[in-house]
Amino acid sequence: MKTEKLMMKGNEAIAEAAIRAGCRLYFGYPITPQSEIAEYMSRRLPEVDGTFLQTESEVATVNMVYGAASTGKRVMTSTSSPGFSLMQEGVSYIAGAELPCVFVNVVRGGPGLGDIQPAQSDYFQATKGGGHGDYKLLVLAPSTIQEAVELTQLAFDLADKYRNPALILADGMIGQMMEPVELPPMRDLSTLPDHSDWALTGANEREPHKVTSFNIDPYGLEEMNKRYQEKYTRAVREEQRWEEYKTDNAEYLLVGYGTVGRILKSVVDKLAEEGIATGVFRPISLWPFPYTRLRELAEAVKFVFTVEMSSGQMVEDVRLGVEGRVPVHFYGRMGGVVPTPDEICSAFKKLL
Amino acid sequence: MSYHGIVIAGFGGQGVMLMGQIIAAAAVIDGKNSTWLPSYGPEMRGGTANCTVVVDEKPVASPVIDTPTEVVAMNYPSMVKFGKKLKSGGFLFVNASVVDQKMDRGDVKIIEIPVNDIADKIGSGKVANMVMLGAFVELTKVASFEAVEEALRYKLSGSKSALLPLNLEAIKKGAEYARGR
Repeated sequence: MKTEKLMMKGNEAIAEAAIRAGCRLYFGYPITPQSEIAEYMSRRLPEVDGTFLQTESEVATVNMVYGAASTGKRVMTSTSSPGFSLMQEGVSYIAGAELPCVFVNVVRGGPGLGDIQPAQSDYFQATKGGGHGDYKLLVLAPSTIQEAVELTQLAFDLADKYRNPALILADGMIGQMMEPVELPPMRDLSTLPDHSDWALTGANEREPHKVTSFNIDPYGLEEMNKRYQEKYTRAVREEQRWEEYKTDNAEYLLVGYGTVGRILKSVVDKLAEEGIATGVFRPISLWPFPYTRLRELAEAVKFVFTVEMSSGQMVEDVRLGVEGRVPVHFYGRMGGVVPTPDEICSAFKKLL
Repeated sequence: MSYHGIVIAGFGGQGVMLMGQIIAAAAVIDGKNSTWLPSYGPEMRGGTANCTVVVDEKPVASPVIDTPTEVVAMNYPSMVKFGKKLKSGGFLFVNASVVDQKMDRGDVKIIEIPVNDIADKIGSGKVANMVMLGAFVELTKVASFEAVEEALRYKLSGSKSALLPLNLEAIKKGAEYARGR
């Protein structure tokens, strides 16, 4: 190939990016539209002395991830909406035990069994805590396959940095489509962060380490919670990520993440042809949500227009960020329907 | 024209997904950007399958399109469904081996190629999609034939490499037919 770019499916690109980030342990249970991640891992992990295990259920998966993460090794799993619901108990335990690991949810239409088409209706579950207790996931939302590669790598690094699970929140379109990608080099495993101060590696000739989310003493548990909250406060300060497209002279601000975030760029270009100046604010970190920059941008526009493949979930964070400075409008499609540029343009123009 | 929004549709098994993948990969080899977006799920089994390929000089924003600049219809339902969405002045490629009705649109360029007949003549009806690919690339110039060959070579590597000559022959025949019509 004249170019070093490879055409890859999003699911496969995420899997390869994880391996190149140093992930050698994958546990998973197949579910559309992300089964190619497991398929790819089953083929590729043995080539790099890794372990692939197809579990009997998502509940088994998340507990295997919990166990593997306790050893300080880079571990991941991937699933789609109903499967991630099944994992929530374990996700909460892992957050409470402060273990780094990476989850991928390639979201499909819900609720319930729903369908297998792209959706964004798991935003609340991802960002507000799908499991019990005061915990947060570090949530990253790619809008291109290249970005899916980069964010997968970042997810492992952030998980280590905060000793907290990270989540790639994609959707069926990111999982199934193909796009050119440039892959990063294979990470040298000896350069991965040292977890020897807490990891369970065998307590021969040292004091045992303890990994748990349990504390029967409420004051003790409160201290643990304070430690979690300190981490989250730091993440809010340091990890807000977003992309802007033509926001400089925008009179109206369009907000969308992931798949919708990139469709909105086409909307902005179409509207520009008609002399309407709009720009896109695309949150990349859904938690922590980039409130700070959104607030600044909102001050310079007439209104904010949020588009999602849901009945309106992220729009609540947009409203929190905008703080009533300007109106926040919403357009959404549900059930796995992907909105097209023309229909978003029409919905937008009705607001003028 | 630097921007192409292409819909390729047909029955499951007609090779419309592969056709789209080759176009998307060839465009990238030529230094452009592209996305390949498949329809997936139940409609792939028995019903119509389709994929959307966007090719652009700049990074592709929306992989979802309202108005294709080119439509490839490998069967009648695909022609009806996507032909009416085609941009005025756009190309409608029709598999004339299986579609005998005409699309009632005077504002688009309708290219009828008997791809199954041409494929049968060179030895295998299975490469009908490659005949269509040859005709498509010849008339739309979406990618160079060198890039198409390279993309196909990549796709048909390893155990499938024996299939390469027949596929390349099919592309050539499709291009020749499109040139001569």
